[in-house]
Amino acid sequence: MSLYVDIKKKMKNFFLDVKFEAGNEVFAVLGRSGCGKSMTLKCIAGIETPDSGKIILDGRTLFDSEKKINLIPQKRKVGFLFQNYALFPNMTVEENIAASLKKGHDKRIVMDKIKAFYLEGLEKKYPCQLSGGQQQRVALARILVSNPDIILLDEPFSALDSFLKWQMEQEIIETIESFGKTVLFVSHDRDEVYHICNKIGVIENGRMEDIRDKKSLFSDPKTLSAALLTGCKNISKVKRINENTIEASDWNISFHLSRKIPDNIQYAGIRANDIEVIPDDEADLKSNDSGIIIKYNVIRMIESPFSNIFVLDTGIGDSEKLRVEVKKKGSENLVNKRFLKVRMKEEDLLLLA
Amino acid sequence: MDTAPLIISLKTAIVSTFLTFFLGIYAAKFVVNLRRGKGLLDAIFTLPMVLPPTVTGFFLLLVFGNNSFIGKFLNLIDRPVVFSWEGTVVASTVVAFPLMYRTARGAFDQIDHNIIYAARTLGLKEHHIFYKIILPNCWPGIIAGTILSFARALGEFGATIMIAGNIPNKTQTISIAVYTAVQAGDYELAYRWVLVIVIISFVSIAAMNMWNTKQSNVISNKGGI
Repeated sequence: MSLYVDIKKKMKNFFLDVKFEAGNEVFAVLGRSGCGKSMTLKCIAGIETPDSGKIILDGRTLFDSEKKINLIPQKRKVGFLFQNYALFPNMTVEENIAASLKKGHDKRIVMDKIKAFYLEGLEKKYPCQLSGGQQQRVALARILVSNPDIILLDEPFSALDSFLKWQMEQEIIETIESFGKTVLFVSHDRDEVYHICNKIGVIENGRMEDIRDKKSLFSDPKTLSAALLTGCKNISKVKRINENTIEASDWNISFHLSRKIPDNIQYAGIRANDIEVIPDDEADLKSNDSGIIIKYNVIRMIESPFSNIFVLDTGIGDSEKLRVEVKKKGSENLVNKRFLKVRMKEEDLLLLA
Repeated sequence: MDTAPLIISLKTAIVSTFLTFFLGIYAAKFVVNLRRGKGLLDAIFTLPMVLPPTVTGFFLLLVFGNNSFIGKFLNLIDRPVVFSWEGTVVASTVVAFPLMYRTARGAFDQIDHNIIYAARTLGLKEHHIFYKIILPNCWPGIIAGTILSFARALGEFGATIMIAGNIPNKTQTISIAVYTAVQAGDYELAYRWVLVIVIISFVSIAAMNMWNTKQSNVISNKGGI
């Protein structure tokens, strides 16, 4: 069970050029809205046609521009969960779930799914009478009844509030586990992606940049867009001085690193919660094994439910500010401080191409 | 009062609404799925709505007249359209067609494309998608189009008089009867026919509004709150 995709398509604002392979797993495509991720799914489902390339699912060629193969969506056996679920408004829950079945089908197939998705009692209701969560369950049940070889999830949680989102995530994870074939999950939300899958491809401007295991991607993003999409709040342009030294111009500091710095590094990043606030009595501006220590003025403090975010003035223009996130518990003494002394550790510094 | 014009009008309107219903829906389906030439075809299909009815009638005379290929063929099988009851049907159908076509097309255009895509990925055949999903979700628009077409067909005058003429008991519809009565100075008769046509038109439009309110309730919230 595997999916191979290598497609090119000219779009209005960018050129879609995506190449990846996914096995019997949940593969996430992480990208900003409008970067081409939904288009990729639509090409796989046959709703849109790429200009050139190949799409192969479990050895079946769905699309091949050279061999002039372009299966119609009906023949692809691709389950597509749309953002708005796309239930048929004129059909009841039961009829929606049974939509893909032939006349005279075994009623038990539908009954089983209604049970499995906790839809008992709703069989005769119409989609507009259901809550968002129930609609999603009907859509998933409808897809599973059609017995697809792959499931594509297109931003399935973006329309849900955070409580419902958590619940639906759990249900989707359950569905995916019992499905046991390739699942492609498209999202712009790093938390969703991290919860649901193991392998992540980052897509930016129509290009698949970085395909990796989620742990390695989050701990060591290689590109600017990967760093931003995985939630890195602090980014600085860098000048590479030599193979161990870079100057982070937006933060007004130089770093001497023990690791070698590749030639193509253009940005450095550090996560807001990786920056450590240290007591005032430690020495200033000292670079040692434990990283660089520097004092910044506090511009403002933003309170989150469980942490405080300090916006620090780096002294360079007003474009790039440094953000430091500190857990509220145990850091009450930091509130109302005019300046903060922070430590940035070498191992937390992300070098980005 | 001779009831012939009423019977002729109703018969004509019903038959031409029936024809327009199918022609309009299939024309709309065809144009919506078209990749090229959409604008041109749309303009041609809408033309009878904006042309003066007499001009439409003139074109119909060209197509169905004794000198045309179709006219000769119709004469051969002894079913001429010109100056016959069939002529009133042809005129009403052509003039009412754009109303049906445009409302159906508007309804098709408004349908959520994801619903159609979802149906395709679920393996449903295209004709199944059209009859079981697209059409049922477009009923309000299609019914509205049908009633508008009926009202238009019922009141048709210009194209009818051009192609079917004014033959009492054969092609004289209510609107033509009104014209004839006024020409003859028989205002009393004219008033009566005017009253009849106002009542029928009013009832059709009221029926359409009632149906529309009911249908939009059904689609947006089946069974009420």
